Amino acid sequence: MARTAPTPSQTVGPFFGFALPFAGDSEAAPSGQGELRIEGQVLDGAGTPVPDALLELWQGEQFARCATDPEGAFHFTASKPAPMPGPGGTVQAPHFNLTIFARGLLRQLQTRIYFPGETAANSADWVLARVEPERRPTLIARAEPGALRFDIRLQGEGETVFFAL
Amino acid sequence: MSETEIGFEPPYLHPDYKSTILRAPRAALLRLPEEWFHRAPGPAFGRVTVSGGDADLTRQHRGEPLGERIVVTGRVLDSDGRPLPHTLVEVWQANAAGRYVDPGDDHSAPLDANFTGAGRCLTDAEGRYSFVSIKPGAYPWGNHANAWRPARIHFSLFGAELGSRLVTQMYFPGDPLLPFDPILQSIPDQRGRDLLVAAFDWETTKPNWALGYRWDIALRGRNSTPWEA
Repeated sequence: MARTAPTPSQTVGPFFGFALPFAGDSEAAPSGQGELRIEGQVLDGAGTPVPDALLELWQGEQFARCATDPEGAFHFTASKPAPMPGPGGTVQAPHFNLTIFARGLLRQLQTRIYFPGETAANSADWVLARVEPERRPTLIARAEPGALRFDIRLQGEGETVFFAL
Repeated sequence: MSETEIGFEPPYLHPDYKSTILRAPRAALLRLPEEWFHRAPGPAFGRVTVSGGDADLTRQHRGEPLGERIVVTGRVLDSDGRPLPHTLVEVWQANAAGRYVDPGDDHSAPLDANFTGAGRCLTDAEGRYSFVSIKPGAYPWGNHANAWRPARIHFSLFGAELGSRLVTQMYFPGDPLLPFDPILQSIPDQRGRDLLVAAFDWETTKPNWALGYRWDIALRGRNSTPWEA
């Protein structure tokens, strides 16, 4: 069948807040019983918080959305995913997919949140192995009391690794 | 993305749209093999509830909104041109005066107590969606001197795969602002820009009631659900 040209992307703009958030949207686990809290901040190339981003966290049956607040902060509750099959018989370390939409992003950005304390699984992960070693930490959350911390730097120093879509 | 599609997608950095300057990543994006990354299942969106009335943006309040009533309909297709049934379509827009309900919108145009401007629906078995709304107004913004965004409806779609997720904007045919909009013009190829402009459609137009617009949307990736011709 003939290929259909995909419809191009456009920015989510600044004014989605009355339309895309929904009740309980930051809880990823279907039961609402997620034991993990993931929090962080979205920062631009000047280190300024991005107050109008929309994030989607997902893996398997888990799906959540969170709009950043005026400080660029977001949070999710979720359940830790299991390792999953990767290419060539490898095993992927547990991770979440994270999609970032914002004013000023003409297309979404796609990244992953890996877990601290999974040193062996992370070292064997096919995707992490393809990331320059000095940039790998941008994909691994930090353990903080009561939460995992995952900041997103859109540009410049410490820029988060994003995957081509 | 295949080479022929490159000119159809906007880049991350498009300096004419000022907000991209500090938000576009500088490092090259890491490309993973399409067959297992992009084609991995997309998010399960079932927690976003959709009820029948969500597709009519003119009946969410006590009275009817002011403005030109419109029907916007079309099909959601996969990259092979096959319909995508049961996929979530979310829309949002400004009112007829060009004002968003969002508290962050400081445009001086009036709000309409009878219009929020947000809707949802699931595509039917043929991949069809349909919304009833009012035509949004043009919108002034601070990107450059005397900057106006064309009338538009924002769309968000899921699809079957990780690579299918799409947020975009639908524009109206004949809008004089289209050639001047840095967001639409960020798409390098005119054919790509044309894909975002709906067609006025007599078949969708309802006599004595509403003008009709048709806009088909093609998502990346293949429909993974069984499909019968």
